[in-house]
Amino acid sequence: MDVLERYEPLVDDFDAFRAACERPLPSVVRVNTLKTTVERASDALAEADIAHEPVGWHDGLFALPDDQPGTNWPYVLGWIHGQEEVSAVPAEVLDPRPGERVWDACAAPGSKTTQLAALMEDRGLLVATDNNLGRISALRSNAERAGVTNVAVTHEDARNHSLKPFRAPDSDEGEEGAPYDRALVDVPCSCEGTIRKNPDALDDWELDHVEGISGVQKGVLRRAVQTTREGGTVVYSTCTFAPEENEAVLDHALAEESCELVEFDLPLDSAPGITEWQGERFDESVRKARRIYPHHNDTGGFFCAKLEVTAE
Amino acid sequence: MSGEDGAGDAPAENDGTQFDRLPATADERVVEGRPTRAEVLEWWDERFGIPPATFDGHTFWERGSGKVWAFADDVASPVAVEGLGLAFLRTRREHWKPTLEAVQRFGDAADDCVIHLSRDEAAAFVAGDDQQLDWDGDWGYLIVTTDVAGEPEPVGVGLYVHGELRSQVPKGRRREL
Repeated sequence: MDVLERYEPLVDDFDAFRAACERPLPSVVRVNTLKTTVERASDALAEADIAHEPVGWHDGLFALPDDQPGTNWPYVLGWIHGQEEVSAVPAEVLDPRPGERVWDACAAPGSKTTQLAALMEDRGLLVATDNNLGRISALRSNAERAGVTNVAVTHEDARNHSLKPFRAPDSDEGEEGAPYDRALVDVPCSCEGTIRKNPDALDDWELDHVEGISGVQKGVLRRAVQTTREGGTVVYSTCTFAPEENEAVLDHALAEESCELVEFDLPLDSAPGITEWQGERFDESVRKARRIYPHHNDTGGFFCAKLEVTAE
Repeated sequence: MSGEDGAGDAPAENDGTQFDRLPATADERVVEGRPTRAEVLEWWDERFGIPPATFDGHTFWERGSGKVWAFADDVASPVAVEGLGLAFLRTRREHWKPTLEAVQRFGDAADDCVIHLSRDEAAAFVAGDDQQLDWDGDWGYLIVTTDVAGEPEPVGVGLYVHGELRSQVPKGRRREL
């Protein structure tokens, strides 16, 4: 747990934080409202003698204190999807509407993609991108089990994402598709916040890796801002505490692209983004981002920021 | 090559690496053997009684040989991506075959060629087992349902022949329940 010590200056109650990081988390499932209702999914879990408890802040999430999701009727029917509770936050913050154009920039294995499709009621265009074919296979499998029909899956580096495949039906070849209304940038990260689900998460932690992956994160966030229309929304999220991967990435996007951070409601306890880290100062507005620590709500750790794309 | 009959830039032969929108009708067909939207709607209606209006919001696409996908939006055809909506029907064989995913998603609307199983029979079906069962309707691909949380739910596709319901649940979707 030495990695976590670097965050002692940031965390309000460091002992509680450490203690929470050492406690395991229950399995959580999200109800897939494309195929059923929360009530029927709850009935089907009860019918299968699977204890399940609402998590409180989100109607469609159930903690399974005794079980792993997997072999039961609601799973086989695509009614439920195993998803860590706090990872349901960014899609809710993005708040996509039916009929919109939405980009999920780092989509595999698809928990958030299927959640976005459900929020869109399976209408509009949801482009799901990943750069790894093996993970795309998992993404497609999860999207199909969830019965999603509004998703287009692309295999590419999100930093070079092209709108050309999504041009209008009657448009000329070489034209681009319309920009997105919203984009979710849930980037690959050092995963420090997943320590409660995966106690080995920090075994290979290296500062070099954090700094390297931060470059990728900056590139993906910039591309998301570039491909989203003026007035559109971009949500940036990670499951790590590292400011190099969080506020520093936002600070970079604010400096390089036409966007600004906006406040948002979060039904979970959280701390504001930080404006200083190891001698580096960030744009004051990164305070509008939210840091979710494990001891705040008894969840995994998470970072989430909401941006609005502005005129150039 | 043709761009004159509604098929856009689609080549005259099926290119299995890209998605091509299905022609609306046989008059607009360019690629030999490609099913039309009209045929697909008619097939779901005739086989399972699923009304064509069920698919009003969807465009249909072919990728691979005869694998038809349902997509809730529309884009210019062809499109080279890894996935476009839901794979929901296999054509270009003597008998067309729906996918498990299509049946789970759209099978609620079916009123023909639907076989209702007890919970134990449905569990055997999901495990991939073939079963001797009575059925006095058409042979061929059936929608398999069972009661879950008090109502019949479409589970997957079975092939009924010679007194036997053969599970068509793909290996990766089989489960011991």
